[in-house]
Amino acid sequence: MVLTNETIQLKLTEKFPDQLTDWLEPYGMLTFTAPKDLNLKVLQFLYNDAELRFQFLTDLQAVHYPDNKGAELAVVYHLHNLVDNVRIRFKIFVDIDKADVFSATALYRSANHMERETYDFFGVNFIGHPNLIRILNVEEMDYFPMRKQYPVEDQSRIDKDDEMFGR
Amino acid sequence: MATAASHYDLARFGAERMSFSPRQCDLLLVMGTIAKKMGPVLRQVYLQMAEPRWVVAVGACASSGGIFDTYSVLQGIDQVIPVDVYVPGCPPRPEAILDGFLKVQDLVNAEGLRRRHSDQYKELLAGYGIQ
Amino acid sequence: MNEHILLPEGSIEKQTTTLNLGPTHPATHGVFQNILELDGERILKSTSTVGYIHRAFEKIAERRPLYQITPLTDRLNYCSSPINNMGWHITCEKLLNVKIPKRVDYLRVIIMELSRISDHLICNSIVGVDSGAYSGFLYLMQYRELIYEIYEEICGSRLTTTIGRIGGFERNFTPAAFQKLEKFLKEYPKTLKEFENLFTRNRIFMDRTIGCGPISAERALNYGFTGPNLRAAGVDYDVRIHTPYSSYEDFDFVIPVGTTGDCYDRFLVRNEEMWQSLSIIEQAFQKVQEFKGADAEVFHADSPAYYLPEKKDVYTKMEALIYHFKIVMGETEMPAGEVYSSVEGANGELGFYLISDGGRTPYRLHFRRPCFIYYQAFEELVKGGMLSDAIITMSSLNLIAGEMDA
Repeated sequence: MVLTNETIQLKLTEKFPDQLTDWLEPYGMLTFTAPKDLNLKVLQFLYNDAELRFQFLTDLQAVHYPDNKGAELAVVYHLHNLVDNVRIRFKIFVDIDKADVFSATALYRSANHMERETYDFFGVNFIGHPNLIRILNVEEMDYFPMRKQYPVEDQSRIDKDDEMFGR
Repeated sequence: MATAASHYDLARFGAERMSFSPRQCDLLLVMGTIAKKMGPVLRQVYLQMAEPRWVVAVGACASSGGIFDTYSVLQGIDQVIPVDVYVPGCPPRPEAILDGFLKVQDLVNAEGLRRRHSDQYKELLAGYGIQ
Repeated sequence: MNEHILLPEGSIEKQTTTLNLGPTHPATHGVFQNILELDGERILKSTSTVGYIHRAFEKIAERRPLYQITPLTDRLNYCSSPINNMGWHITCEKLLNVKIPKRVDYLRVIIMELSRISDHLICNSIVGVDSGAYSGFLYLMQYRELIYEIYEEICGSRLTTTIGRIGGFERNFTPAAFQKLEKFLKEYPKTLKEFENLFTRNRIFMDRTIGCGPISAERALNYGFTGPNLRAAGVDYDVRIHTPYSSYEDFDFVIPVGTTGDCYDRFLVRNEEMWQSLSIIEQAFQKVQEFKGADAEVFHADSPAYYLPEKKDVYTKMEALIYHFKIVMGETEMPAGEVYSSVEGANGELGFYLISDGGRTPYRLHFRRPCFIYYQAFEELVKGGMLSDAIITMSSLNLIAGEMDA
């Protein structure tokens, strides 16, 4: 039997009635939003269910929506069922001041670096992560550079003329 | 990589052996982007080299930060160590690297015996905080 | 590992050594650091640090129109930048709903497979260098030069190619490019065969690599392995087959798989992939030759809003001038939406997650860099092995610092 997006949606709504929202299918990939406390439960269900078998974590990252008050950060998971070759994406939204999310490292080892990167860029605090420290940036950095309010350029620079370089 | 391999062969110009330890080197080729995290490491490598020593910044990123005008990239390695020759290009062609290498040889030929003991040179190093 | 002679408590020989491998160590082929805790030559623990060449691509990408992001993708895995370029173009085309003509697809396949060869040949010859056989490297590097000459004929640059545009190529392939391609197709198999003869059944090489840094299929999947490294562990996952892009479904090729996932298997899988790539290029070359007349001149999609018009049209046609201006100044608005698209990079699944809010620049762009994800397994792969095996494991995983750190 071919695993279709409808089947996945049906199974998920059966398991988590009324908790998963925003069902979309942009460019053929099933997308939904889960409450932030449920992220690990949803992942676990998708992983263990004999039919769904989403056992490959393709990607994990965050997006910052500064205008979305109270739920500024979205953590996005891309999962892949390698047997049936189906991909899905789901998001959880968290408050930027209290960005606590359960870590998926126990389920997927590959989440380790990806969660560290997300922490490094956005400051999402993954609870249960074995070693949540900065990965790409220097340890001394005191802000999360991918958040929208920070500029891309180095602010401590003096050698380039701002006017000439169009800052 | 191509510069050292068979086609372009840097060895023809007297660089037969790439040294794997900075302590045995005369010339430091800095290739590619140097992030801020790498800056102290680069400086350490430079300090480990014995005088006389020369530095070539290969490529736009090493010379000026190139297209990466970002919070994480050092805007030119001359912020942490003195540089003798800059090779432009992103990335430079092997010919350009060879040319830069020959330029260093010209510098070496023209350099006075006492330059490394001069006050001016000490001042330059002191400008980088190197004793 | 447990064959140690019993030593009294507190004996000086029981102390471990800490070795700092990298970030400027020549054996690391790039800037990343491993702090190894050694007992003699056995590795007890390894801690890796990355980020020494972090350039904040994702942040830059939020300030750049789609066209200006292509040069950034070059600098991810710089050994096979055309694949990255094409992956990015394909992502954009998916978002912008640009339909690509078949001939462009085939030309893209040629370029992508060429760069897969150039990446694998570096990786495999470096495995040779690290196990003490330098000559293979010199044999194959000569042919990377031929590949680079083909790139030069097509786009003008060698390493960081920025090849192609959204919707196709900037110009048609010249006859010289096809000639060079033919020359490469004729000469390379001989050398590759010679290279294989040097290594594949070489006793020293086999002893060094068999059983070195193995990983089981389950662990590899759990660690997010993709590409040749996953296939060496025995999983036949290939994006070219699973989600065909750029008309890969029209080609006939085999996915080689290994069994143990050790360095030797990875080496063999990469070698076999080079043969498969050669066959794909030949097929694509034939398909391209079959286009005749006006069809043989097609090198881009018909989407004036996103594809930069020809210069002579810009001077004579009003519409072309408008589009030229809009594209060059980065004033093309893209449809809102989110799209994930991936290609089979030389190291694995290279994914692009692009979120657009309808503006001129991406709202968020995330690169799924295969290196970055499978590098986390390195600590486990080298544990309990010898120090010299760690070096081979590192080079056979094909860790590229530029891709890892973005």
